[in-house]
Amino acid sequence: MLEVQGINAFYGQAKILDDVSFSVGAGEVVALLGRNGAGKSTTMKTMMGMVSSTKGDVTFNGETIKKLPSHVICQKGLGYVPEERRIFTELTVMENLEVGKQDKRPDAPFWTPDKLFKLFPNLAEMRNRPGGQMSGGEQQMLSIARTLMGNPSAILLDEPSEGIAPVIVEQMAFTIMELKKEGLAVLLSEQNLHFAKLVSDRAVIVEKGSIRYQGTVKELEENPEIRDAYLAV
Amino acid sequence: MGFYLAQFLTGLASASSLFLVASGLSIIFGVTRIVNFAHGSFFMLGAYLAYTFVNILPHGVLGFWGAIIVASLLVGVIGVFLEITLFRRIYKAPELFQLVATFGVVLVIQDLALWIWGAEDLFGPRAPGLGGAVRILGEPIPQYDLLLIVLGPAVLLAVWLLFNKTRWGTLVRAATQDREMVSALGVNQSWLFTSVFFVGSTLAGLGGAIQLPREAANLLMDLNVIGEAFVVVVIGGMGSVPGAFLASVLIGELNAFGILIFPEITLVLAFLVMAVVLVVRPWGLLGKPDAVLRGADGPPEQPLKPFTATSKYLVWALAAALLATPAIADEFVLVLLSDILIFTLFAVSLHFIMGPGGLVSFGHAAYFGLGAYGAALAVKYLGVDMISGLVVAPIAAGLGALVFGWFCVRLSGVYLAMLTLAAAQITWSVAFQWQDVTGGDDGILGIWPAEWASEKMAYYYLTLALVGASVYVIRRIVYAPFGYALRAGRDSQLRVEAIGINLKSQQWMAFVITGIFAGIAGGLYVYSKGSIFPDELHIARSVDGLIMVLLGGIQSLIGPIVGAVSFTMLEDLVTRLDYWRIIFGGVILFIVVIAPEGLAGFARKILPESLTGKKNEGVQI
Ligand SMILES: Nc1ncnc2c1ncn2[C@@H]1O[C@H](COP(=O)(O)OP(=O)(O)OP(=O)(O)O)[C@@H](O)[C@H]1O
Ligand SMILES: [Mg+2]
Repeated sequence: MLEVQGINAFYGQAKILDDVSFSVGAGEVVALLGRNGAGKSTTMKTMMGMVSSTKGDVTFNGETIKKLPSHVICQKGLGYVPEERRIFTELTVMENLEVGKQDKRPDAPFWTPDKLFKLFPNLAEMRNRPGGQMSGGEQQMLSIARTLMGNPSAILLDEPSEGIAPVIVEQMAFTIMELKKEGLAVLLSEQNLHFAKLVSDRAVIVEKGSIRYQGTVKELEENPEIRDAYLAV
Repeated sequence: MGFYLAQFLTGLASASSLFLVASGLSIIFGVTRIVNFAHGSFFMLGAYLAYTFVNILPHGVLGFWGAIIVASLLVGVIGVFLEITLFRRIYKAPELFQLVATFGVVLVIQDLALWIWGAEDLFGPRAPGLGGAVRILGEPIPQYDLLLIVLGPAVLLAVWLLFNKTRWGTLVRAATQDREMVSALGVNQSWLFTSVFFVGSTLAGLGGAIQLPREAANLLMDLNVIGEAFVVVVIGGMGSVPGAFLASVLIGELNAFGILIFPEITLVLAFLVMAVVLVVRPWGLLGKPDAVLRGADGPPEQPLKPFTATSKYLVWALAAALLATPAIADEFVLVLLSDILIFTLFAVSLHFIMGPGGLVSFGHAAYFGLGAYGAALAVKYLGVDMISGLVVAPIAAGLGALVFGWFCVRLSGVYLAMLTLAAAQITWSVAFQWQDVTGGDDGILGIWPAEWASEKMAYYYLTLALVGASVYVIRRIVYAPFGYALRAGRDSQLRVEAIGINLKSQQWMAFVITGIFAGIAGGLYVYSKGSIFPDELHIARSVDGLIMVLLGGIQSLIGPIVGAVSFTMLEDLVTRLDYWRIIFGGVILFIVVIAPEGLAGFARKILPESLTGKKNEGVQI
């Protein structure tokens, strides 16, 4: 349902992505793996229309979304959870959720704050707390919840496990499984192979802006040389 | 007792109008990060439109307040129109562009207002039913003032509710922090920004409209109010509406009581308060640390390139041509050329602080004017000769820069820019208000060159020599270790401080240097004209400098020279026409939209490499 075909991307003169192609099927969880600076976030930003690409195409439900502004892409049902969470620190939890709110969509689960508080019980206890006064893990949950308020049918999750306590990482894995159950397609960027293994169906490895490997997580497990070549251990 | 209370209430009443303007400015800035000079024009339009509608609509209470509301909303619509046609294109441009573009709008609106409403001051009617006065402790207080005193807090409350209790307000507050993220969450930023402009300009329009019964609508309202509004917004904290309220009351009271103590220097008091507030709280009373706004940064600056061999020859050829000109040119041309040279130095000194220094100075006229007034006052009171006058000029300007710079380098970004602007407004107000010493509006006359330089040709050579030497020295400074450190500091403050350079004192020194050279330009100017008026210190003069730098492009050292030459010639051509402001403003807007890298940048794209050294791009450090 989500397809990236041969995109490139530049920051100024520097070429960051080169001919990147992969796809995510409906209800599938795909891990986008790679070291620091490999180009994972840039790939996601390009998909969201935040970084422009001169080549290739990005399609969502068979429709091209390249060149569309971010808000239109989001309104088509593609959710984005950025790295570093980017919570609105001045706004309360409820207000953060309000910003993410979009209309109900026929092809995707419908989320309300109450339903999200069941998924993230921690958040329920701090409805009126400003985002700036929350821990990293809490912010990460809020960031995901905020994106879900847009009722996406596919979601891009940029390093949800980064800088978070192990207990919360486990909870995060559980959340992703829940989303999968709800029928969402998930593209998950990760450096943490262990975490990616828990939740993903397939893995795509980027290195220096190019795709170096695609396959099931199981195959990757059985190929330690690939793992060691492209992923930090 | 009663008298002081009356004075206090007057202060509160003027605070209300000021608050409406300042809060609108603050709201627009908070979200769009545009420092909107045209906000003062919105205020002025509010007053004029209210005047028009009061006369059209049936007289009476309904008609009067109807006119005020219609006028404010219409100003809001004008704000929306400008946002869609112009501001939208420049959200990502550097501050300088935005400022100059908004100033282009100021010029255009000034001429439109002149054309529609004429040059005469237009007195509005009293508010029906509120024309009288109430006695409080024996003092008559205008009823209308009492209404304004209530209106201020009422608007504060309304704006607070709008921002904190509606979805729109939530989205706007979110966008203030991270526009890109708001967009990625499915919110159409364009319309959000447009609506913010509507609210902000409606508030400015309302501020102008309700001022009508107290102050005649006139063509000077725009720039007069914008200076004060900037002070308020900076004191209150940019983007903070309650802060704007607090600061408006502070400034309103300061004016009300200051006028009893030092009628000449009320604006200086405002500045002092602002300086103290900023030193104690660099982000204003209720502002927040200026977090780096995400999703709004422009391209990184290219390194400066030394002259190529070909361009060196060109410089020598130009120097030769300038030396030879008097042989063929008449006096008129020589005067124009002297002007061009003087403003070239002014622009080069401004470019020095803005380009290599990385410090945006919106009030460069201060140093130009301090130089000019320094020399003029020395002549008037000490009777010094021309040489001494030309020595006094840079000293006066340098001292001014020493004082202002000390405050300025403590700040960064927009706060810095606002403080430089306020500093210029202060010097202007001293020159304008302190009649006994500076002659006020009448200026200082009779500052003529010494005998040996009184011929136009002699003075031209003097100017050429001083400007040439100054530009050469500035260029040497830029390529000296000091210049490298300055540029390094501009590009990465942390790293420079980590290697043991005290960036603040470097920047302070840069302020003094730029002040000295602008002062030389000011000194040359006063002797070439024979007189000096407060206008030379006004916002418009500062903006002239910014336009010159912008025309030439900020990223090259030749830029300000190209800019000053083209600006001065264009001005010379255009100002002879009626309605020159609209033409001039139009040209500015056109350039900002079409050639955002400036004329020199534009030329670099199309000129051959032998002239521009394009090959070096990215390699030279
Ligand atoms: N705004 C930017 N300007 C210039 N270069 C950038 C910018 N953002 C990222 N880069 C560069 O682009 C490359 C890819 O960055 P990206 O953020 O996509 O990596 P990543 O795989 O997400 O890494 P990480 O795991 O550290 O988040 C890096 O070399 C980075 O230095
Ligand atoms: Mg990343």
